[in-house]
Amino acid sequence: MSQLIWNGLFTGSFYALVALGYSMVYGIIRLLNFAHGDVYMLGAFIGYYCLTLLSGVTSGLPALLIVLVVAMLATGLAGVGIERLAYRPLRQAPRLAVLITAVGVSFSLEYGVRLIAGADPKVYPVRLDGQPVELLGARLTAEQLVLVAVAFVLMGALHTLVMRTRAGRAMRAIAADPKAAHLSGIEVGQVIARVFFLGSALAGAAGVMAGAYYGRIEFLMGFVIGLKAFTAAVIGGIGNLPGAMLGGLALGLLESFGTGLTGGEWRDVFAFGCLIVFLVARPQGILGEKAVVRM
Amino acid sequence: MPLLELSGVDISYGGVRAVRDLSLHVGDGEIVALLGANGAGKSTTLAAISGLVRPSAGRISLGGTDLAALSPAAIVRLGAGHVPEGRRVFGGLTVRENLQLGGYVLADEREVNRRVAAVCELLPVLAERRAQNAATLSGGEQQLLAIGRALIARPRLLMLDEPTMGLAPRMARTVLGLVKEINQQGTSVLLVEQNARAALGLAQRGYVLSRGRLGLHGDAAGLRADRRVIEAYLG
Repeated sequence: MSQLIWNGLFTGSFYALVALGYSMVYGIIRLLNFAHGDVYMLGAFIGYYCLTLLSGVTSGLPALLIVLVVAMLATGLAGVGIERLAYRPLRQAPRLAVLITAVGVSFSLEYGVRLIAGADPKVYPVRLDGQPVELLGARLTAEQLVLVAVAFVLMGALHTLVMRTRAGRAMRAIAADPKAAHLSGIEVGQVIARVFFLGSALAGAAGVMAGAYYGRIEFLMGFVIGLKAFTAAVIGGIGNLPGAMLGGLALGLLESFGTGLTGGEWRDVFAFGCLIVFLVARPQGILGEKAVVRM
Repeated sequence: MPLLELSGVDISYGGVRAVRDLSLHVGDGEIVALLGANGAGKSTTLAAISGLVRPSAGRISLGGTDLAALSPAAIVRLGAGHVPEGRRVFGGLTVRENLQLGGYVLADEREVNRRVAAVCELLPVLAERRAQNAATLSGGEQQLLAIGRALIARPRLLMLDEPTMGLAPRMARTVLGLVKEINQQGTSVLLVEQNARAALGLAQRGYVLSRGRLGLHGDAAGLRADRRVIEAYLG
């Protein structure tokens, strides 16, 4: 039982990190960024190469934390680049055009990484299988605990940034009314770039964590998690940040209990079943209100 | 040299020429009314001054600076304040946050908060509702908030688009009284207003737009007495 909760929290915190970026981007430019899951994959690969480079110098948790920071910076910049190249020129275009572009970006990232890294799965050069300890009946390692803590710190930091700072205020203003944001002197393009940086950096962090947790990465790993993060964002209320965190954790727990009851092959059925239930019964999500509060 | 000057401005909007060959100016310290029927191009003109749409011909300058290459944010920094039609306060954000956003162009957060306090003194109703979600304010309060938000950046030119639309007469008078007060403190005003009588009562000069072209213009007193204006707008 507590093992199921623990597993659910662990995967749920990845989902939440990725869902945050999904939700932020949707909140600010109303785009379902289908390439977002691939930024997570990109983070995992950047982490892989950095860890390989570091392997002689340091290893284990310290190496992982350093690499986490590097991967976040790199994926953040990649996110800014993607926005600049692919989405910004389409700011005035119909939304469908941007959506299709996002699918194109997704494929470009997937097959770009495949071109460089190859199609075979890679074994992550660090694993979180230290001495497991018993905690309330669950078996977990100190490294896992640290990573979940890092995930929660990142989410808390993002929440503070969005709710308490000048930059965050500008993000919420654009989400509420982009035209009025322009008229208030907000450099809208710049703020959108920042949102892409933050969202992509969080996805990159989740990618490194997932690599370390599952121990294996490959170029298509972002596809399913992108859909899961979308599901989590919808469950929580898309455009709503606390909702994305809650939705991610809820989805992780649901999957964990679902597979605990019926077996691993049903995992995705649970996740996407939830999506359908929510879309039918409560399309605005747990915390979403009907087009009032965004981000 | 006038503070705001438009000369020979054409604006196309969605493939339609919404404004043709428009020339007008607002002098330092003036209140100028911009009148016209729905769809005459008044809001489009304000949008072009703010840099939200770009004129296809002609020149717009503020304080002698050509606005053609400037972003909307740069135009705000140059001294243009624009209170858009429908108020457009930031719903989901508090009244205080809305006001702070009006000072986004200032880097110094403490200066922003000082100015927010000053605006709250001018508009005590906002001070009372500081922590409230702006979307929960009444229409009139939202209008005051939208004006207050624009004042934080201390604009040289304040553009107001239909500030009394949908307001009860008493609230409308409050809003127009506020506009007068702001003007007396040295801010020039370009006022787009459906209520032509009230607008011409407040303004020194007026321009009438009809279907994107400049029609009558001149002294507010003269326009108020003009039979054509009376028939069309003062009824």
